[in-house]
Amino acid sequence: MYSFSYHRAIDIEDARAQLNNGSDSKVLGGGQTLLASLKLRLAQPDCLVDLAGIAELRVIHKTDGNLHIGAMTPHAEVADSPEVQAAIPALAHLAGQIGDPMVRNCGTLGGSLANSDPAADYPAAVLGLGATIVTDRRRIAADDFFLGMFETALEPDELIVRVEFPPPECSSYIKFKHPASRFALVGVFVAKTAGGPRVAVTGAGPAAFRVLPMEEALSRHFSPEAIEHIHLDEADMNSDLQATAAYRAHLVNVLARRAVLAALT
Amino acid sequence: MQVSMTVNGRSVTQDVEERTLLSDLLRDCLGLTGTHRGCDTAQCGACTVHVNGRAVKSCNLLAAQVQGCEVLTIEGLAGADGTLHPMQEAFKECHGLQCGFCTPGMVMSAIDLLRRTPGPSEAQIREGLEGNICRCTGYVNIVRAVQRVSGQAGA
Repeated sequence: MYSFSYHRAIDIEDARAQLNNGSDSKVLGGGQTLLASLKLRLAQPDCLVDLAGIAELRVIHKTDGNLHIGAMTPHAEVADSPEVQAAIPALAHLAGQIGDPMVRNCGTLGGSLANSDPAADYPAAVLGLGATIVTDRRRIAADDFFLGMFETALEPDELIVRVEFPPPECSSYIKFKHPASRFALVGVFVAKTAGGPRVAVTGAGPAAFRVLPMEEALSRHFSPEAIEHIHLDEADMNSDLQATAAYRAHLVNVLARRAVLAALT
Repeated sequence: MQVSMTVNGRSVTQDVEERTLLSDLLRDCLGLTGTHRGCDTAQCGACTVHVNGRAVKSCNLLAAQVQGCEVLTIEGLAGADGTLHPMQEAFKECHGLQCGFCTPGMVMSAIDLLRRTPGPSEAQIREGLEGNICRCTGYVNIVRAVQRVSGQAGA
């Protein structure tokens, strides 16, 4: 790891001031991806700005019917939260499937979203539930947030404060885990929301994406059979030593059907 | 920079580099070499310790992040008179280790597992220890040790 300085921000203003002081600063959430990247020298920031000291970023509560989860809430807290389990059980289930228990005790919602790893779990939920990402300066719809591989709509000094999840009528997340890394080879989040069914996929493309033809079919008839014939173009899928593009395209269909079935039961 | 924390009930203040990992602070500065550095890439779990009662991988945390926290390592489990923690005792009784390299992390994870899930099923134990890799035992006796501590028959 290259050397860097470390700043524990006392509030959001302080964090932003540090990010704008002309040095090359990076935000430290739970660090479960960032520290590994630093060890590999894939990044060389001058300073890490740790958000762990900002209590308002680590909250879970329901406001105006929506579930608000602070950016610095660890996955384990989301998974174990009675409020999340009651409002959106699929979200609690998803959080409990990320990495392993030790990773879940450190890794955070905001960190996962800001990183936008193509195989991360949370992007599928945020997109599948039509959530809103609230930053220190604006509200970003999930549909506008994920731009590409490790690329989001966030400005360099912009901080995620919380995510607002509207509880769906029902939802489910089915993930085909890579057995060693536990990342999603493919993961599909299906939700029946107030605005209609949503199908969001992670692990298969450069970033999480929705499958509009499946959503249309499900809006006519919310059943696994309704989407059986809808296959994604493998030209758009990731291909690596773990799975070919064709296999990932196949998995999206299989997992989407399983997710619809699970959402119904 | 200077960091202060409680390690196994003892207040510790130490000068470290900003990039010092918690595992390095424990091993190299404090001499607590029971916390093993296995892969250094947060995959094997040998470096697992508790921070404020939760299991974490100490090779994937900066010492600076743990400022003001309570850290518990494998050295802090046994009583002052040397009486083993029930989980350590169970690993010994069930032969839950061979070479012993993964054992400190395995024991720390297993304790956190029972905190979260008292009376776990075998599947829950295996899932709960997903972040710890053992290359000797095939896990059977490790699972048995956890079952024994949770008071399950047959262990």
